Amino acid sequence: MIEVRNIQKHFGATVALDDVTFDVARGEVLGFLGPNAAGKTTAMRIITCYIAQDAGSVTVAGHDTREESIAVRQRIGYLPESAPLYLDMGVIEYLRFIGHIRGLDDPHLNTRLAEMIEVCGLRRMSHRTIGTLSKGFRQRVGLAQTLIHDPDVLILDEPTSGLDPNQIIEIRELIKTIGQQKTVILSTHILPEVETTCSRVLIINEGRIVASGTPGELTSRGEGDARIHVTVKGTPETIEPALRRSGIATEVRLLGADAGRVRYAIASAEEEPEERLFQLAVQNDWVLTELHRESLSLEEVFTRLTTQDVTSS
Amino acid sequence: MRNMLTIAGKELRSYFNSTIAYVFMVLFLVLSSVFLFELQKFFVINQATLRDFFGLVPIIFLFFVPAVSMRIWAEEQKLGTLETLMTLPVRDWEAVIGKFLAAFVFLLITLALTFPLPIMVSALGNPDSGAIFCGYLGLALLGGSYLAIGLWISSLTENQIVAFISAFVICLVLFIIGVDIILTAVPRGLVPFFKGLSLGSHFSSIERGVIDSRDIIYYLSMIGFFLFLNVRTVEARRAL
Repeated sequence: MIEVRNIQKHFGATVALDDVTFDVARGEVLGFLGPNAAGKTTAMRIITCYIAQDAGSVTVAGHDTREESIAVRQRIGYLPESAPLYLDMGVIEYLRFIGHIRGLDDPHLNTRLAEMIEVCGLRRMSHRTIGTLSKGFRQRVGLAQTLIHDPDVLILDEPTSGLDPNQIIEIRELIKTIGQQKTVILSTHILPEVETTCSRVLIINEGRIVASGTPGELTSRGEGDARIHVTVKGTPETIEPALRRSGIATEVRLLGADAGRVRYAIASAEEEPEERLFQLAVQNDWVLTELHRESLSLEEVFTRLTTQDVTSS
Repeated sequence: MRNMLTIAGKELRSYFNSTIAYVFMVLFLVLSSVFLFELQKFFVINQATLRDFFGLVPIIFLFFVPAVSMRIWAEEQKLGTLETLMTLPVRDWEAVIGKFLAAFVFLLITLALTFPLPIMVSALGNPDSGAIFCGYLGLALLGGSYLAIGLWISSLTENQIVAFISAFVICLVLFIIGVDIILTAVPRGLVPFFKGLSLGSHFSSIERGVIDSRDIIYYLSMIGFFLFLNVRTVEARRAL
């Protein structure tokens, strides 16, 4: 649905995007993850035709953003960061204006308008002036604006910023529902958001894609040895030497010992370290009370990729 | 075309939604009348003519029109709504002309509200209605040119005050270079050039009651030129 090929963008001497390439398929919810000023917003602005790239190409549903900008814009619903709106307009008046520009005829517009007010939870606020609304409701008006023409592609720049926890959950659910039939790109620096809403993640840092994959792939990628937590009945004096002798672990670290149990964190380079540990316990007649693999959280992956990579590249 | 009118309609409604537009409008009407009756001594002169009025308004317009145009693009940039507008399926020229039309209609409405003056002169005497018509036509064209300049300036900044002052200065310069005092100071060879370029000298010939196609074309090309610059500025923003 969206094809981004080798785009580059400079602002003066600073490089905002450096040779970025990715695809987004229909029905995919792609999350842009990255620290502030990583290039997330710039990438979105290029796809939505707000700014033009210096090099490379972007096509949306087969239309080039530079050659057929209007065709691209017709297919996209875009919510810019912090949902800028005309503060002196009423909610309905604003959505009507957008609907007219989007080419909806009046009967169709009226049904869509009613739907949007329902879906975005704007019923109580529909007769207010936008300037009098709180941040959360402005965000919803912004979202209604992006959805009103039922676009194939949705581009949402930090859609949940400034919302309260309940609203965040609602908006995430909404994005998930919409994302089943549409193509969505959303940016965020809230990691749980990516885990709950996105089918694929791009981690961007300093204008480059440093990682891409499903949230699961990224966390299990693990970068190195598997880490296993194991708890056994016994004392450190008997358990630890046996663990070290077994050769399963490259690293053994005591996490704690109490009530006759010891807890270890083990790093292992083995394919199936759980299995070997279980067999070891059976051989030694240990009572195993815990055995699980620690997966690297998305947070850790993110921190590693966005801090290390800068120094190594 | 449809988009252009949609934008014009939205903009025009926002003028009448905001208090500031009414303030400017009232201020314009009050000032033009005060100057006419107090400074120009309309009743003392004892002539049923609006010539003094038509001489005054271009000066008041120097303040009024930039005040109307200053927010048009600058505010969109400040609020960030430009990002929404520019990513809607609207061509740049549609947005520019739509905004210009709305402001121009607002200007025409303000001008139309000075209608008690021609009625008053007609009641007092027997004015030259052709000259009054020409005067209003001249004001509309002159105001439209100021507006096109102000609109363009507004697209260059997000600061409304900067937009106001810059538009005021440019309009003032373009107006004043046709004034006699300035013309006597410039080299003789440049006089026709200055006169030809000046927003003021073309106005004085229309206001005298002579509709010369050259003057009309001059104003229309001024408007066209600055709207063109405006479209280019908006386009250039994309490549930023």
